[in-house]
Formats: sequence, structure tokens, C-alpha cells
Amino acid sequence: MKRVYANEAVCAGCRLCEIWCVVAHSKTKDIIKAFNEEFPRPLPRVKVEEFGPFSFALQCRHCKEPPCIEACMTGAMHRETPEGPVLHDPDKCVGCWMCIMVCPYGAIDRDETIKKIASKCDLCQDEEEPSCVAHCPNEALVFEDRGE
Amino acid sequence: MRFSYLEPEFLVERNMERCIRCQVCVRQCAFEVHTYDEASDVVSSDSSKCVGCLRCVTMCPTDALIVRQNPTTFKENANWTGRVIKNIYKQAETGGVLLTGMGNDRPYPIYWDHIVLNASQVTNPSIDPLREPMELKTYLGRKPESLDISEKDGKLTLNTKLAPQLEVRIPVLFSALSYGAISFNASKALASAAYEFGTYYNTGEGGLHRDLYKYGQRTIVQCASGRFGVYKDYLQAGAAIEIKIGQGAKPGIGGHLPGEKVSREVSMTRMIPEGTDALSPAPHHDIYSIEDLRQLIYALKEATRYEKPVSVKIAAVHNSAAIASGMVRAGADIIALDGIRGGTGAAPTTIRDNVGIPIELAIASVDQRLRQEGIRHQASIIAAGGFRSSSDVVKAIALGADAVYIGTAALVAMGCHLCQACYTGKCNWGIATQDPYLEKRLNPEIAKERLMNLLRAWEHEIKEMLGGMGINAIESLRGNRLHLRGVGLTDSELEILGILPAGR
Repeated sequence: MKRVYANEAVCAGCRLCEIWCVVAHSKTKDIIKAFNEEFPRPLPRVKVEEFGPFSFALQCRHCKEPPCIEACMTGAMHRETPEGPVLHDPDKCVGCWMCIMVCPYGAIDRDETIKKIASKCDLCQDEEEPSCVAHCPNEALVFEDRGE
Repeated sequence: MRFSYLEPEFLVERNMERCIRCQVCVRQCAFEVHTYDEASDVVSSDSSKCVGCLRCVTMCPTDALIVRQNPTTFKENANWTGRVIKNIYKQAETGGVLLTGMGNDRPYPIYWDHIVLNASQVTNPSIDPLREPMELKTYLGRKPESLDISEKDGKLTLNTKLAPQLEVRIPVLFSALSYGAISFNASKALASAAYEFGTYYNTGEGGLHRDLYKYGQRTIVQCASGRFGVYKDYLQAGAAIEIKIGQGAKPGIGGHLPGEKVSREVSMTRMIPEGTDALSPAPHHDIYSIEDLRQLIYALKEATRYEKPVSVKIAAVHNSAAIASGMVRAGADIIALDGIRGGTGAAPTTIRDNVGIPIELAIASVDQRLRQEGIRHQASIIAAGGFRSSSDVVKAIALGADAVYIGTAALVAMGCHLCQACYTGKCNWGIATQDPYLEKRLNPEIAKERLMNLLRAWEHEIKEMLGGMGINAIESLRGNRLHLRGVGLTDSELEILGILPAGR
């Protein structure tokens, strides 16, 4: 399947990916309204990890055998097709956070602003490419199928 | 720090209604102009630190920032301008030499803007380059006195042994930009763009990074007064060798790469200890005459088995024509002339702004002199120093250059905003820096594509201009000054340029 890959060699650490992720998951999809008027504001589902000059953006890897789906007791964490992205259904989520415990990448966050549920990357289902990839100014994020 | 009399050069204005406190500006400014106050959730800006590189403006996702010239003025005074007063304040505060980067920004006449091109009308047909072949390929190097061709059974054989030549797809090369002055990613972008497009880039005096040896056949390796990184493999790796005597931005003085920019990789490439200043002497201490130059030219030719052309680069100065004549006689296959608007990573402002002559006059006088002496064919001329567009290139070739070097235009293509702060090593665009936080901002793949796009665009435009003049090969334009006319130039300027005034 197509996944988002980071090229850490050219990540400028600007965090525009995080910002545009928030916009993509906001109600209005308008950057100024999303940040200045929407409360609670959605959390970014991509996070720039930094260690000294080294940085890259990390989001859900949509694992082949996702531990989060296995650990989810309500079926909130699920896949619609075997090759599709790992998605989260907030209506089914009870906020046990087991997914957070088992995720090997730390790609799932608690979202306490809305309900006690998890927040994770959905690969921007309605868009041609995820918003983080589309807005990366240095092509440090790419969306491609590497046959993995 | 004592109280400074200097007002900010720029004002950073933030539209608070548009600012979303995302702090991209905070993270992107190496000069620390922007700061975020968590308690009040406000991003504020300290204009006094701004160099005007516009990185924050470009990166701001909501267009909330404007950087503009500080409109505050001193009392009007034709002699004591704001620039002059500020420079005195700076020196009174620091006691140091004023430093700057990039090319001369003073309003000297730009002769390109006073020269117009010809076009065919009625009496000779213009050529449409989209329909008919157009040759821009150029060979740089020593040309033979005559060609000895023999015929046997209708088959022609060239008996003359030709001197080594550089073949360029269009007469535009990337000028010397050393690794050290610019980042590895910037060097790699230039090298790979030259390699893929079919032109050359120049290592400057920074040596050749081991990862760039693979682009060797499209590399001109430089041998400058500091001899940084010069050894057998380096000389043999390049397609040509250039002896750098001078640079347009700072004729007569050497170079100084501050120790902070001498990272581990730069130190290995330049073959100097890490963190030490890389000082290039003002002269080559083994070249005090044309005869000495000849020795170095032939030492380099000998070291590379006469397989590579040797170029000699000088800054365009008052007696360039006579010097160029000596250079050709000393054995230079290519003469590179760098005019007063040539760029640099760091130079004293007073030198950059006041020393040298405009490249237009240098091309004309050198070409004229070599023709008069009957030695013009013995060397190609590459002109450098502020070439901004394809029309500048066409005019330079009509004046007598064989090709041009572009440095600043190439940097601008990669993202340079000409803030002239290269010497600080804090280039926010990842170009003139060795800071690991900053250099990765330049994606060498994107930069390579942008460079190649620029060359392709100029290629199309040069063909259009040639076609308009009814010429189908760049060779037919070289030194063809009848295709140029001067507008608003004095009689002596016209005489030096060897062109007629428009209307005549």
C-alpha cells in the first residue's frame, strides 16, 4: 500500500506538516479559523521528532500486522480492506489506550480535548495525498508504494 | 553590549489576525528574530536582528508576515546618505572591517541594459527555433592555427592534433563556488545539474568532496592561492583545471573561510585541520610574473598529461587586456574574466564595492586586444560577474566572450534571496552554511531540478534571440558586435565596447 515516508536528510524541522495536519482534520479546513477560532482544536497526527540537527516527521506506519488492532477490545481500531489504512472509529473507542501502549512507533496520541480517545493518522482519506506530504516545503515527506 | 545607534534595516510586521502562533518563523530564523511567549501565546519579532532573507515570509503558512525596508530616514543629504552614516556607526561600534556577501550592489552602470540586440526584418529571414535546428553547443579551449585535412578515396582525415576542449550544451557554466562557502547540498546540486544538463561547475578553492568525484567529468577543479584540497587525484578527477588569480568581488585580496565553517567534512576536503581558518593568500606566492604563471600552467598540464585544458581566472581590472595577452602567451587555454559585479561568500564591503571594472568593458577590451595580437584563437574567454538573464549571455557572446559563468543566478535559482549575509554562515536557505540544522533545508534534488530548469529556459530564450537575428549557430554570433547597438552611452564607452550607437 501507499505509505508516507520521511527523508530525514532534508527535513527542515519547520513542522508545517503538523500544522497542515491540524487543518486537514479541523471542521472548517481553513488554517486561520482552525487555529484561531476552533476550540477544541484537533491534535496533529504527525509529529516531528528531533534530536539535535536530526529530525523527521513520524506518523502511523499502517503496519501489516498492526498491534493496535489486535489490542483494541472494541474494534474501534480497524482496517476496512486488507490493504487499506489502519483507521480509528471514535464512536466505538472507550479510551482504554491499549493501542497507545502497544504501538511500537509512538504514533498514537491521547486526545483528551474531545473525548478520552486516541488520535492517529488516517492518511487523509478524502484527499489525493496526505496533507502533510502535500505541504512539505522540502519534499522531506513522500507518499508512495514501496511494495512493503 | 553597549547601546547601538543603528536602527533596524528592516521592519518585520506581523498581521496578528492572520498569525496562528504555529512558530514556523521561530524555528526557521537562524538570526533569532522571532520568539514565542508561551504565557501570552504570542509570537513577536525583533526587527533589529533581521537580515531580510525572507525565509520566514516564504515559509509562513498564513502570509502573516511582511518584511520591508525601514522607512525611517536620516535628514536628506546627498553626501552623507543613510548607508554612509550607518557604516560609520557600525565601524565606530566594532572597529572592524565591514564585511558583506554576494556581488557589488552599488549603482554602477550596467552596460547590458544599455545594449540592444538586432533582429532580421524583410531583407534577411529570421529563423524559428521550434521548426529549424539551432546549435548552441560550444567548445572551450585552445583552437589550432590551421587545420590539416587530407583526402584519401573520398574520405577526409583530420591530421591536426586538437588541444583538449570542454564541450558545453549551452555557453553557460556554473562559476566557482567552494564547498565550505556553500553547503554540501548546494555543491551537490550544482555538480549533478551540470552533469545531467551537459555543462560544467567549478569547485572554487574548496577541494572536491569524495562524494562528488563521480561528477568529475563535468567538474572544473580550481587551484587557488591556498591550494586547498589540491593533489594528484583532484587534478585528475576534473575535466579542466582553473588557476584562480583573482575574483571579481575582491580583486587583489585573498580569501578567508572562518574556522566555524570548517566542519569535519570541509576539513577533510580542504585538507586542513578541523575548525581552523582557511586563509588564501592574496597572491599565489609562486606567481609574481607571467613567466611564473607559465610554470604553474605547465606544471598542471604536465601533471595531467596534457589531457585537460587549463583555465586562468582573473578579476577584471584596469589593464586586464594586457594581462590576458600575457596569460594566453603563458599557455592558458581558457581565460576567465570576473567583473566588478561578481559575487562572493565574504569580502570586505569597501573592496567589493570599489575595486575592478564592469565585465562588459573587460570582455570587449580583452577580445579586441587578443584579436589585434592574432592570438584570440589560442584561448577561449569565459566571462563572469553578475549575469542575470539569457539576454546578458547573448550580448556577452556578441561582444566576444565564448561562454559565461553564472554564480549568483544559480544560487538564486536554488533559493538565495540575496540578503548578502553569507559571511555569517547562518544562511536560512541552507546554501551558504555548514550548520547541520540549516544545510538540510536545501534539498539537492529540488535544487538540481531548479538549476536545470533555469538552464533549459535560457537555452530556449537564447535560441529565440539567435533566430530573431537570423543566426542558427552560436558560433556565428561570437564577437559579432554588429548585432549590438548602444543606447545612452558616451562616445568612449561605445568605442571601448566596439559597438555603434542605436540608430546608426
